[in-house]
Amino acid sequence: MALPFPLSDLLVILPELILSELALGILLWAAVVKRERERALAWASLASLAIAAALLPVAASFAGELPRSAFGGMIALDGFSLFFKALTLLAAAVTILFSLRFVGTSPYPGGEYYALLLLTTVGMMFMASGTHLVSIYVALELMALSQYVLAGYFKQETKSVEAAAKYFVLGAFSSGVLLYGLSLVYGATGTLSLGGVSAALEAAPRSTLLMVGVVLVACGMLFKVASAPFHVWAPDVYEGAPTPVSAFFAVGPKLAAYAIFARIFFDGFGPRSDDWAPVLAASAALTMVVGNVGALMQTNVKRLLGYSSIGHAGYALLGLLAYRAGGAAGQPEAFGLWAILFYLTAYLLMTFGAFGLVVLLEAKGYATESVDDFNGLWKRNPLAAGAMVVFLLSLAGIPPTAGFVGKYLLFSAALKAGWPALVVLGVLMSAVSLFYYFRIVRAMYLVDGEGEVRWREEPAVAVAVGLCFAGTLAFGVLPQPLIALAKSCLLP
Amino acid sequence: MNLPLWLIPALPLAGFLLNGSVALFSGWRRARKATAAWREAHPGDHGHDEHGDAGHGPGDHGHDDHGHHGPFLPYGERLFYGVVGVLSVGLAAVVALANAVPYALASTASEGGIGPVVQSVWKWMAAGHVSIDMAFRLDPLSAMMVSFVTFVGLLIHVFSVGYMQDEEGYGRYFAYLNLFMFAMLTLILADSLVVLFIGWEGVGLCSYLLIGYYYDKDFAHAAGKKAFVTNRIGDFGMVLGIFGILALFGTADFSFVDMAKAGAVNGTASITVYAVCLLLFLGAVGKSAQVPLYVWLPDAMAGPTPVSALIHAATMVTAGVYLVARCSAVFVLAPDALTLVAWVGAGTAVFAATIGLAQNDIKKVLAYSTVSQLGYMFLACGVGAFGVGMFHVFTHAFFKACLFLGSGSVIMAMHHEQDMRAMGGLGRKVPRTYLTMMVATVAIAGIPPLAGFFSKDQILGAAFAGGHLVLFAIGLLTAGMTAFYMFRLARMTFYGEFRGTPEAEKRVHESPATMTIPLIVLAAGSILVGFLGVPEALGGANRFVSFLAPSLATAHPHHLSHATEYVLMALSVGVAAAGILLAWRWYGQKGATPEVPSAAAQAFYEKTGALGRLVENKWYVDEGIEAAVLSPFRRIGTFLWRGFDSLVIDGIVNASAFLVELTGDLVRFFTTGNVRNYALSFTLGVLVLALYVFLR
Amino acid sequence: MEGAAMNAVVPMTVPLNAFLAVGTILFVIGLAGVLLKRNALSMFLSIELMMNAVNLLFLAYARMRGDASGQMVVFFVIAVAAAEAAVGLAIFVALFRAKRSIDVDEIASLKW
Repeated sequence: MALPFPLSDLLVILPELILSELALGILLWAAVVKRERERALAWASLASLAIAAALLPVAASFAGELPRSAFGGMIALDGFSLFFKALTLLAAAVTILFSLRFVGTSPYPGGEYYALLLLTTVGMMFMASGTHLVSIYVALELMALSQYVLAGYFKQETKSVEAAAKYFVLGAFSSGVLLYGLSLVYGATGTLSLGGVSAALEAAPRSTLLMVGVVLVACGMLFKVASAPFHVWAPDVYEGAPTPVSAFFAVGPKLAAYAIFARIFFDGFGPRSDDWAPVLAASAALTMVVGNVGALMQTNVKRLLGYSSIGHAGYALLGLLAYRAGGAAGQPEAFGLWAILFYLTAYLLMTFGAFGLVVLLEAKGYATESVDDFNGLWKRNPLAAGAMVVFLLSLAGIPPTAGFVGKYLLFSAALKAGWPALVVLGVLMSAVSLFYYFRIVRAMYLVDGEGEVRWREEPAVAVAVGLCFAGTLAFGVLPQPLIALAKSCLLP
Repeated sequence: MNLPLWLIPALPLAGFLLNGSVALFSGWRRARKATAAWREAHPGDHGHDEHGDAGHGPGDHGHDDHGHHGPFLPYGERLFYGVVGVLSVGLAAVVALANAVPYALASTASEGGIGPVVQSVWKWMAAGHVSIDMAFRLDPLSAMMVSFVTFVGLLIHVFSVGYMQDEEGYGRYFAYLNLFMFAMLTLILADSLVVLFIGWEGVGLCSYLLIGYYYDKDFAHAAGKKAFVTNRIGDFGMVLGIFGILALFGTADFSFVDMAKAGAVNGTASITVYAVCLLLFLGAVGKSAQVPLYVWLPDAMAGPTPVSALIHAATMVTAGVYLVARCSAVFVLAPDALTLVAWVGAGTAVFAATIGLAQNDIKKVLAYSTVSQLGYMFLACGVGAFGVGMFHVFTHAFFKACLFLGSGSVIMAMHHEQDMRAMGGLGRKVPRTYLTMMVATVAIAGIPPLAGFFSKDQILGAAFAGGHLVLFAIGLLTAGMTAFYMFRLARMTFYGEFRGTPEAEKRVHESPATMTIPLIVLAAGSILVGFLGVPEALGGANRFVSFLAPSLATAHPHHLSHATEYVLMALSVGVAAAGILLAWRWYGQKGATPEVPSAAAQAFYEKTGALGRLVENKWYVDEGIEAAVLSPFRRIGTFLWRGFDSLVIDGIVNASAFLVELTGDLVRFFTTGNVRNYALSFTLGVLVLALYVFLR
Repeated sequence: MEGAAMNAVVPMTVPLNAFLAVGTILFVIGLAGVLLKRNALSMFLSIELMMNAVNLLFLAYARMRGDASGQMVVFFVIAVAAAEAAVGLAIFVALFRAKRSIDVDEIASLKW
């Protein structure tokens, strides 16, 4: 029987294929491994991620000329997707390093945990590649379903289960809305491939029903990136989920969601950008305000970082709005888009760094990480306190950190694209954000306290945090290589 | 000499890394050895809470140095920190002078100066059509700044070696001080507003950490908030200003200054230029502690005195003036913005001076004096005399650093007593501190031929020449008040009888050489540096201002006749002398206390009645001045200090707290924790957005 | 199977708009169920209803457009819904074990 696609298409998804196999293998292994030897699973998972990462260039070279479309236009391999896949793998690897002790000392077996983490990573990698609304939807659900379980992995902790239940109900609800939007788009254009939708939109006159469909899809996307007014779930889930999982949630799904957000709205709905841009602009403005103002009153660090990540989603939306902003000498150069790529990389580094320190600051009970736990940290561990300051400065957008460069790029792009009001709001909210970030700095440096919280010496986390620290500073001082990479990833 | 410019900030950075890592390592080792033992020996480390609210009320007094007196560090370790800290800044100073002096000589030798030296170290980021290099710039303005900042910074580092020797956090202190120098030098040498912003934020962070470092309790609760709120407002303006410059000129490196001079502004919408200037000025106001964002600076005096000298007097707080001078070419395109600069500066100058009249904390007097002098600098910039403003930055750095370090020496001699009412007669006991501080006091009072005279007189001259007579009058009045409160300080501290306890009197001691030598050098500077800018009227060539001219916007071509200048000089010196005499008389009386400054006058009334008052009109004048001028001013000062500072600024802080509460309620309203409400808000969001496109 | 061929073989007896209307109404009922039901299982069933409403819409549009890809979507949605059911029910069981209740109004310890 002849395959409906050339065999070489399989090479395009080689990393994903191998990673799925390895994930399933780890799941099987987990069934027989002894509890005390579970750490081997973690290392195996890390190795799997490394293999997948190593296969990315292999897939790219076998696939031939990029961008390479496969499976009848369902999947595409291009620089954009490779960039996101690499980031996703990095996020998963850091999460595993964060999880080692957390899962190891918990009363829950770790095998499924790592397998789920790998499977959700597979979902995110497919998202980055999806060029058809159906493949994007399925990948999205693969990611989301694994995440619902991860959120509730510590199932005897009420908070963990509550987070999972909320995440699940709202996630399923949002994908229902998303699907309804997709059906409207399909009804109006007769196709679900992004290229087809785009062509149909070019040709067809503006139809209200279609635009409602586009808006519903936008709502589903905004939910995934935790943008206002669809953000309410995020702080609850980040607070309730196990800390390494919260860290992962704050980064991984957002990366993937931004990847499909960008692809759907540029490749698919691009011709109608005049219609949806105001929607995104309104959401961006609201998100920046809600995220940063909401964080002001938080005393729980995970929740605070959750709100902060909402604020950051707002900044990144500016990049989506500005994707068309040109570059040097009138060349069209998707300024906003590579600004997002840079920003998300910076965001990954600084958010993981900050969360990593929260992981290290493992509290007495489950999920009671209050800002006060940081009291007097510099006396107990000056290095960690210093690293935290750098992460927080980066999150607030203070030079010379990656966060500053990222924000600068985003704001410049937005200015160039003609959204000055949003930039002013963004700068204002960045100023506000320092207030809550510096509550942690104040606790660490200006408040005395021995703290009842134990500081764990954990090499794996320390290594991960150290990497984030180095990256946050390095891409702040020498951002040009990453900028060049991000730019080159967008060239056809 | 071919020493690259990047070495200048890099050397303190290296010092920071070295000191920081050694302090980290040794601290870690010590902590492991002795945590338990140390805790037993110091059961409560919270013995200072009774001094709760320094800076609220004239009666209480900030405590400079009551930090954690932990175990002394081993001598070798202290030596290491001190040597690394001093050496890194010292080498930076050598490199800075090796660059700046030949540049200055070459520039003054050639007609019209020579162009700036720009050294790009690496391409920082190329975003869109804007490319930003990590580049350093040597031009007259930065050459001048970098010279005095490294030089004064070096002296303050040396001073710190002695001053901080009893502190547990000696190594960290030097690490932070070096980090500050790195940030400040980056700010000065940057060739682009974006690179400048690195330093801008860096100095703010270091200032925050250094203030709160040892003196956490007071600061963390009150001062920290103010410093934070005001700096955020300033930064908001600064960032938007940078984006505005980018929008106007398409570049953020200082080539935009030349473009502005050539009038090549994109769009040339004057309202945009005006807005950009206002935003940049907002940043400058926050950093340089001008009205209404000045409040944090007096509170920042909670930090160690050398930090006050370095950061809050000589260097960081002048960054705002530097920014305005740097962007002067843009400011002159928006004359209204410049007028605002002048008025804010003049207003701050007189306002802070009135407050200075009512202070009893020696460091608070100096703090308000700094705010006031910064106001002078902005006044100069505002009337278009940018070079003169920078000249005052330069001279002020010397005499104000000398005053602060001197006050530090006094405070140390008094064992951390800062209230001048408990001092008196210290002149004999700390002779070197006394002499050097007197020199600086004379200099700041504007008595020729010391440094302060030349710069202050030129500021007043520029205001007068520009036709800003009200501004001139305000400046003159401020000059008198400056002289008054400075000599009040000197008189209360060094003259008369000791008013503290006898035990305290016995323990008063002169400071070690590491502290007095910097004082002597700075005092010498306070005498000498003014001669760099002797105005033509006095036979000089005003080399300082003409050297700076290529970096700055073309100054207004207002020229005064020499006769007018002589009159102005006489006027300013006369006003200063009046202030000095008044202070000398009132605070020199035996048994005088600040609460009853005219005890003699009161006794006089009782003896002679109304007739005597008329006859002895000397006292009548004093009283008249007291009643008509100074008392209202002091009252206004006290009112402003208490009323404005405590009421309005605390009001702003409270209002922001209220705002947080309010938004908190909103967040509570939406984030109820109930998943059905979340689904509802989701649905409402969908409906609103769908309705929008539906109706569009 | 080509959509056009299907059209030819089975003539449409019910107008397309009726399918769209039913689909939309079902979707709204499901949505209302999520908003109004307090029992987590009922909410979940309402979500399933939303998805099936969407399936109906996809089928109707596929018919209208004479395009098979709409029908393909339905299979994917059904598969995903099945997986979702497995995960969702597991979570609700865990929730019940932890809280002895699956009334969503009673799970609000994470808030603000």
